[in-house]
Amino acid sequence: MDTSNPFAMSMEDFRKLGFKSGLEVHQQLATRQKLFCRCPVGYQHREHDAELLRHMRPTLSELGEYDGTALMEFKTKKQIHYQLFQDSVCTYEMDDTPPFPINQEALDVGLRVAQLFDCNLVDELHVTRKQYLDGSIPTGFQRTAIVGIDGALPLAAHPARVLQIGLEEDACREVRDEGHHVVFRTDRLSTPLVEVVTDASLQDPREVVEAAELIRRVLRSSERVRRGAGATRADVNVSVAGGTRVELKGVPRIAWFERLVRVEACRQRLLLDIRDQLKQRGVSQQRFQAVIRDVTELASKLRLATLRKAMKRGDVVLGVHLPGFGGLLDKPVQPGIPFAQEFAGRVRVIACLDEMPNLVHTDDAACWQDRERELKKLREAFGASHVDAVVLVWGPAEDAHTAADEVRLRALDAIQGVPSETRQVFADGTNDFERILPGPDRMYPDTDSPPVRIEAERVARLWAERPPRPWERLARYRELGLSSVLADDVLLQGPPSLFDRLLERTGARPVDLAVALAQRLVSLTRKGKRQGRPSEAALEALFRRLAEGRLAREALPELLASMDGEASVDALVARLAPTPAPGGEVSEVVERVATRELADCKATDAEARLRFAMGKAMEQLRGRTPGQALRAALAARLG
Amino acid sequence: MTDEDPLKGYRGKARARLIDLGLRVWDDLELKTSRGAFVGILLPRSEQADDQHLVLKLRNGYNVGVLVDVVESAVVHDHKEAHYKIPEGTFPMDPAKPNVTLLGTGGTIASRLDYRTGAVIPAFTPGELYGAVPDLADVCNLTTKKLFGIFSENMGREQWLTLAREAAAAIEGGADGIVVGHGTDTMHHTAAVMTFMLQDLPVPVVIVGSQRSSDRPSSDAALNLIHACTSAGLGPVAEVLVCMFGPTSDVFGLLHSGTRVRKMHSSYRSTFRTIGETPVAMVSRDGVKPIRQKFRARDRSRKVKLVDTWDDRVSIVYYYPNMKGDVIDSLVERGYKGVVIAGTGLGHVNRPLYEPLRRAVAAGLHVYMTVQTLWGFAQMYVYDTGRDLLEIGVVPLSNMLPEVAYMKLGWALGQSQEREEVKRIMLTPIADEITEREPPNGYVVLQGGIPEVDEFLARGYR
Repeated sequence: MDTSNPFAMSMEDFRKLGFKSGLEVHQQLATRQKLFCRCPVGYQHREHDAELLRHMRPTLSELGEYDGTALMEFKTKKQIHYQLFQDSVCTYEMDDTPPFPINQEALDVGLRVAQLFDCNLVDELHVTRKQYLDGSIPTGFQRTAIVGIDGALPLAAHPARVLQIGLEEDACREVRDEGHHVVFRTDRLSTPLVEVVTDASLQDPREVVEAAELIRRVLRSSERVRRGAGATRADVNVSVAGGTRVELKGVPRIAWFERLVRVEACRQRLLLDIRDQLKQRGVSQQRFQAVIRDVTELASKLRLATLRKAMKRGDVVLGVHLPGFGGLLDKPVQPGIPFAQEFAGRVRVIACLDEMPNLVHTDDAACWQDRERELKKLREAFGASHVDAVVLVWGPAEDAHTAADEVRLRALDAIQGVPSETRQVFADGTNDFERILPGPDRMYPDTDSPPVRIEAERVARLWAERPPRPWERLARYRELGLSSVLADDVLLQGPPSLFDRLLERTGARPVDLAVALAQRLVSLTRKGKRQGRPSEAALEALFRRLAEGRLAREALPELLASMDGEASVDALVARLAPTPAPGGEVSEVVERVATRELADCKATDAEARLRFAMGKAMEQLRGRTPGQALRAALAARLG
Repeated sequence: MTDEDPLKGYRGKARARLIDLGLRVWDDLELKTSRGAFVGILLPRSEQADDQHLVLKLRNGYNVGVLVDVVESAVVHDHKEAHYKIPEGTFPMDPAKPNVTLLGTGGTIASRLDYRTGAVIPAFTPGELYGAVPDLADVCNLTTKKLFGIFSENMGREQWLTLAREAAAAIEGGADGIVVGHGTDTMHHTAAVMTFMLQDLPVPVVIVGSQRSSDRPSSDAALNLIHACTSAGLGPVAEVLVCMFGPTSDVFGLLHSGTRVRKMHSSYRSTFRTIGETPVAMVSRDGVKPIRQKFRARDRSRKVKLVDTWDDRVSIVYYYPNMKGDVIDSLVERGYKGVVIAGTGLGHVNRPLYEPLRRAVAAGLHVYMTVQTLWGFAQMYVYDTGRDLLEIGVVPLSNMLPEVAYMKLGWALGQSQEREEVKRIMLTPIADEITEREPPNGYVVLQGGIPEVDEFLARGYR
């Protein structure tokens, strides 16, 4: 298999690599208020009203340890700016007021989701702080709680497990991150989320997609989740045999999943190949010595184009000697991305040197073309042979030293293989460093929130009211005669409970109802021709009329586009779809078309002439008589 | 930790069940329940929580509560006691840097979790502080002494006297400045009484705390401590000062005069405000920048004068409409010697209190009037009510804050019970507890919603 082209590999190839994946799906809930305060949920599309400036410091976990990610974030020394909104952010989100009691509406949805996945529910909810020092939450931690553990995800090939269902507050939206400044909008902050975490039993990229699709359907079944851009975001964990768990962060749509996990699995394999080569060269973590040296003066003489701006600014240039790394930095680890980018990503994030390129190295052939003398000088300065590499970084003194040290640390990781990281994702399937993967050390009990007892009565009530699971619904819809595509549309767009109710109350044909709700209305809304669905009562009146034969099916599209309230159904029907045409009128039209209007038809074959006649007849009878019957009558008349 | 209760915090039914199962806290175990299996570490439980649940820390770091009724069996795999320790370093000494003594009363500069109550308790040595806030070493050399470990609502006479004596001793011992770590709730009471007890200060005494405990990444503790050490070690103002956030953003701190400061919000970082004056100075990592022109300058040659006395037979009465006279009577009956009234408006109470007050004064109670509006002066000549109260013997305290008046009256009564002498002490300002004038920018409570104010808030950091 060719791991340098992840898109050409088969599912079998990935299984051979020892591919393993698990998902963490975050889904915003459709509650009125936020999770720990009474602010309304929703996004702001205007200029902010005020701003806060904060910094974060690492703190100890409950078991008395510092979390590695927290220490890494602290190295970045970020100034964190928060944009505030008068009407949707209060002093709770600003971290100036302790939390209010947890939103009971959101807790109900969380418990319901846990039930839909057949989890063991907890008896007492403990709110925990999960540290995030990247600034995305002003407190420096996310308040989160487990509502259930150990659930089921019945995939086609084998059952996967749901490890846990969490209920937690959403973080801020990042506006920009430049140098030592990061800016966040606080409108999304504290929106209730459920987090669905699966085990790592997904065995190939297609199965990852299948699991994501199934989780999405279960969440939608609750009919209490938010939709639209950013309402569902998944972290995808990937590893291969010999590799490490790497988290692909915040994937916004399922369509991206397959290419992302393909690329990541191959990246890990290619990093392992590099590790093996280092081992062959006798490079070991114990003996590895990466000398860091200030080469500002030498760099000024090198006259490299990439360094010109840095020299002008008066940056410090540091060189890092990586013994045994020669010829490896240019090896691709992702489509079109060399190993050197692994170093550049760390430097960008941790040293806040985000103007690219942020490093040059001795393996970069394009950079040193026709500059063999300079390259030689640089190698000499470090006593570096051809099996060694030298990486140059630059910036203000403090940042440059952070950067050089990160290069050294990333090289140490490379000797081990695949570092445990959280990586940001791109639409083309590639990824880049975001932070060190955090561990359980970042969890801390929330001393501001008392434990919440989950009463047995509450669990029983939610169980009694629970909606059917998606696979149960799909089976029923197929029995009703819906195609698998239409059945799935009802499940995702229906909403299914509305479909079920209208079906029961009106006696309409399942297909008519399904097409109207899950396709026609959705498309009208998407095209901006409607603002949401008509009321349930109006839809009921409409479909009852249809079921009773008081409305022709052909009138539905126009009615759905223009109806609003319940009262308007009758008026609209009168205007757009007068009572079905009496048999006499239909015969008259058929006769008139056959004798007069058909004379204008230039076609000679019978099928074309029938189509022409049908068109003319429909102009006069649309919405007032069933098309099939009209067609039959015309066919009979024309012979 | 070996002599501690192996079922810390568990009681009643939960405790009995854990004993049955042979479990101890910190056991790493697998619980079989009628609802499925739970794997994790058995944690201690908060004593105030119920006796129906046990708490597990799952492998992923989350805590969950499991009903003891559903537990069927348990298998212990390991025992993993937590040792919560802030990594210690040796605080570096630099002869070129000022020597600051940090006296701890129980604030949360550095803290750890208390499993008994589920709350946080402070940890505190120079080594720990250096581990938690290494930037402190850029400012000063630090010596620490833990006097008490209490929440500030538990501060009282004994603690104030001890604190004043310890501060005076440290100053005499050559400290270039004193920092007092203190809970924020009664920080302004302590600041006031330290101003009275520690007179003629040669160096600053800076009281500091935090509004967000230091076990949170966004805590204001570290920056407040850096600001306080900067003010104590390098600042020019040799007074008792409260050093807390100016805005809620991490931008700068304010140094408030100990007798004009008050906590004004239950949870905001910028909760401390100077009332009826401007703060003394601003402080940032770059140093102290005075706001007021007049202050007592640092002068090592001055000798601190310790006036360590406090009579705790004093009270404060927050007047409310329809108050009955027996409130005053009961104070006299219970042997109180002084009372500060926080009156309405310019310093008023209702007519039914006149007679009880007259009796109280005759019985020897020292009665002083302040205003519950906090801003502005007690001015008892404007209305008849005020003149009546003056005639009864109630002494107006100008613009002294009610809590400051309470602290000062206890201090004054510790020195004398003689009516005129107490009155002289009360009306002679030691620092700024009474000021001659309220500058136009001494009363600034901005109202959100006014276009100019909202514009101001949008431009700067809140």
